[in-house]
Amino acid sequence: NYIIGAFKPACNISITFSDGKTRKQVPLKKENGQTAMVPLFQSQENIAGKISIEPVQGKKVEHNGIKIELLGQIEMYFDRGNFYDFTSLVRELDVPGEIYERKTYPFEFSTVEMPYETYNGVNVRLRYVLKVTISRGYAGSIVEYQDFMVRNYTPPPSINTSIKMEVGIEDCLHIEFEYNKSKYHLKDVIIGKIYFLLVRIKIKNMDLEIRRRESTGSGANTHVETETLAKFELMDGAPVRGESIPIRLFLSPYELTPTHRNINNKFSVKYYLNLVLVDEEDRRYFKQQEVTIYRLADTS
Amino acid sequence: MMIPDGIEDEDKWLTAGIAGLQQNAFYMHRALDTNNLKDALKYSAQMLSELRTSRLSPHKYYELYMRAFDELRKLEMFFREEAKRGCSTIELYELVQHAGNILPRLYLLCTVGSVYIKSKEAPAKDVLKDLVEMCRGIQHPVRGLFLRSYLSQVTKDKLPDIGSEYEGDADTVMDALEFVLQNFTEMNKLWVRMQHQGPAREKDKREKERNELRDLVGKNLHVLSQIEGVDLEMYRDTVLPRVLEQVVNCKDELAQYYLMDCIIQVFPDEYHLQTLEILLSACPQLQPAVDIKTVLSRLMERLSNYAASSAEVLPEFFHVEAFAKLSNAIGQVIEAQVDMPIVGAVTLYSSLLTFSLHVHPDRLDYVDQILGACVGKLSGKGKLEDSKATKQIVTLLSAPLEKYNDIETVLKLSNYPRFMEYLDDGTNKVMANVIIQSILKNKTCISTADKVEALFELIKGLIKDLDENLDDEFDEEDFNEEQSSIICTVKKHILTGGTKRLPFTVPPLIFNSLKLVRNLQGQDESVSGDELSANPKKIFQLLNQTIEALSTVPASELALRLYLQCAEAANDCDLEPVAYEFFTQAYILYEEEISDSKAQVTAIHLIIGTLQRMHIFGVENRDTLTHKATGYSAKLLKKPDQCRAVYACSHLFWVEGHENNKDGERVLFCLKRALRIANAAQQMANATRGSSGSVMLFIEILNKYLYFFEKGNSHITLDSIQGLIELITTETQSETVTPDPAADAFFASTLRYIQFQKDKGGAVAEKYEPIKKGGSEKAWIIFNLQDT
Repeated sequence: NYIIGAFKPACNISITFSDGKTRKQVPLKKENGQTAMVPLFQSQENIAGKISIEPVQGKKVEHNGIKIELLGQIEMYFDRGNFYDFTSLVRELDVPGEIYERKTYPFEFSTVEMPYETYNGVNVRLRYVLKVTISRGYAGSIVEYQDFMVRNYTPPPSINTSIKMEVGIEDCLHIEFEYNKSKYHLKDVIIGKIYFLLVRIKIKNMDLEIRRRESTGSGANTHVETETLAKFELMDGAPVRGESIPIRLFLSPYELTPTHRNINNKFSVKYYLNLVLVDEEDRRYFKQQEVTIYRLADTS
Repeated sequence: MMIPDGIEDEDKWLTAGIAGLQQNAFYMHRALDTNNLKDALKYSAQMLSELRTSRLSPHKYYELYMRAFDELRKLEMFFREEAKRGCSTIELYELVQHAGNILPRLYLLCTVGSVYIKSKEAPAKDVLKDLVEMCRGIQHPVRGLFLRSYLSQVTKDKLPDIGSEYEGDADTVMDALEFVLQNFTEMNKLWVRMQHQGPAREKDKREKERNELRDLVGKNLHVLSQIEGVDLEMYRDTVLPRVLEQVVNCKDELAQYYLMDCIIQVFPDEYHLQTLEILLSACPQLQPAVDIKTVLSRLMERLSNYAASSAEVLPEFFHVEAFAKLSNAIGQVIEAQVDMPIVGAVTLYSSLLTFSLHVHPDRLDYVDQILGACVGKLSGKGKLEDSKATKQIVTLLSAPLEKYNDIETVLKLSNYPRFMEYLDDGTNKVMANVIIQSILKNKTCISTADKVEALFELIKGLIKDLDENLDDEFDEEDFNEEQSSIICTVKKHILTGGTKRLPFTVPPLIFNSLKLVRNLQGQDESVSGDELSANPKKIFQLLNQTIEALSTVPASELALRLYLQCAEAANDCDLEPVAYEFFTQAYILYEEEISDSKAQVTAIHLIIGTLQRMHIFGVENRDTLTHKATGYSAKLLKKPDQCRAVYACSHLFWVEGHENNKDGERVLFCLKRALRIANAAQQMANATRGSSGSVMLFIEILNKYLYFFEKGNSHITLDSIQGLIELITTETQSETVTPDPAADAFFASTLRYIQFQKDKGGAVAEKYEPIKKGGSEKAWIIFNLQDT
């Protein structure tokens, strides 16, 4: 079909990584909702590979030059389509000319500084992408993207104090809770306990929630989105004074990310542990406490 | 707001719960069959979510729980298979903890925990400690109790006990103990808490529900008792103090009672014996409402049985001074629980007594000490009105009797009789009956008067009529019936008494029986006597037999008197045949047994006296009896005796108040006969001693004449009286007569009496007027005498 053929791209562009066979692939949720496996990098790594351009059978591709960019972008959903590139590296691959047959260009970005992790939030997305552009004049440029994922690992913090607090409502409920750390890695376990000092309400149950607070924008334009990622029942029934209820919450089943503070002045992602007590009339009593989540290098 | 029909709704919820459980169990099975761990966990968690319900009563919840329990066994099998296939149990252990809801999570954790221990990838104690700790998350009493019960169930064969394959390091038994004790403590707390949650109006319902759940808690104690490594030392130093601490601190009467009982039942007797002090020290600390008496009673009962089981253990009892400790404890408990009803205290003492009798049969002082303490508790409170308490006291007092089978031993107990004054009359009688039964059964002989005295003090309830009774609205008939049965008993007892005792024991019995008879007689006449065991006839039959026994002694004089007494009583009861029978018996005795002349005299007078008072006899019977009596009188050995008996017989024919019993002719006949005998006596005296005997007989006869004369017997004429006076005057003045001042005085006073009557004036005086002192018609008298 001639008509369809006319809108077909004039060539196929493929991007391969030089260590693609051995590099870890991780799932990445794409804009269309589908999940694709993409290679995983961390900051300071070399990103190298090949670009191969193969014109459609019997056609030539005329161009004003070919380049590859490595982009780190922050995209705010309320400001759709407006990318903010916080990283942008370019490699020119070819001078203007024509391509008649399949042609391959190696590329390399060495020790790329990628300070931020890939992030897919409610209102914001941070992504890394390789962008190949075949510039053409009248016909419009041909562009191909290759996403890749960046995760940055943090060593265990040297100071990691426990969180211990006595809270309550006067003459009604006094509790003391303790989480063993203030900083948890993604596969960590929260250990702790809740000690009931005074109970004058009829408690039905008690949950520990993990909440993620994503704030985007700044000043008057700040959007805050809070999600409850985990709702973990700690206690069933009404305790009496003196009871101590253990906490053991494994973080691994939940899709957490590290805490992100002020990413390029665009957004922040923070985590909170929310201790919720529900009484028999379904009133909720809660105490929220921020914890820092970090990514510990996989030992495996 | 409408109150929903609870039970119906509950059934609905249960059905729904079971349905949900089965559905998820189905998916779980499918996942298990396909080795799909993830789904297996998912569906098992969903299945277990049905147990999160608050709508079911414990009873229904248990039904749901049991179904879940069965399903969890399959899951456990699967986990075990998984472990064999190389899935590390520690990972499984973590994986199940990802469940968001705590109850399913903990059920799964316990299930995997059990597999984990079995895999021996980690020391049993660590896993157990973790499990029991994590279960704290369930604070809902019913759900918590069932969860912990599940934990206990799946781990009970996996404790790091000595000799178990899960045995750990040096403290391994301690670890096992620690686990069970902690689970026990937590379960008990939950159980107690149930009482205090929810509206006050459902208190009774909750109590009932709690009772249904108590065995879940008690099971832990059973598990404790099954731990091999728990030796006496460990029991004494750890197990018991820890359990008791929980029992005391929970301050819940239901729990305290149940658990104390549990402790006593599940642990071995020798442990109890060696830890008595610890166990007992907890008792006064329990809530006042706790039925401590039952608890202690059971303990003592167990110890008693233990002591009875083997003589070898007895030295241990002495060694630990079990009695002193128990006695002390009981004292403390009674002191501490001021409101304890008297029946409680008595029950306690009763148990202690049983214990003492078993363990220290030789220590009579212990028994007395207990009785003393118990009676001390009773004192100052008047008679007991609590029927339960009195029953207990009967039990208490019966125990030594049963043990020693010897009333003499019991009579040595100084505090024993003190009880009697606190018992009401009914109980006193019951007690007396018990005592007598015991004596009868054992054919006990009582050898000293003191003891007899003591015994009678004990059984006086039978004998003495206590004043208080008069106002009581108790059933006369029952009372009488009871008495008559008591009499039977006493009779049986007394009849075994032996020849030396019978003469002394029979009379009281007879007289008391007669009293009863009169009592019966005094009652409503409309009651038909035949239907009751307590009818006079029966009693008389008994008495007849009883008296008969005396003939073997022999004590015929006594028997005769008793027969006569009975006859008189029968007379009062209008039982002519009975009375006649008694008389017959008396006569037979007189004829056959009584040979001593003096005795005969006494007997004949008794017979006459009694017969005179009889008014029920018909003419024929009466004639027979009086005829016999006069016959006997005339056959006495000595003339004076004959004479006196014969004139006494005259009264048989003249009964005041019974007109048909007044036969003046026969009266006269008797008197004349008496005169004749008196005459003969005098002649005999003249012949043998040369001097005539005393005129005493004549004066006596004169008095009889005067009596009947006064009473209006027309056959007694003035002439005959006058004649007698003449005769006596002549005789006294005769030279042959031996001077007899007594006779002179008697005659003088008789004459004075005549004068006195004359002086009185009126009808009587007129009657007497013609009588003169002196003048004689001796021949006439003689003639007259001969005439008859």
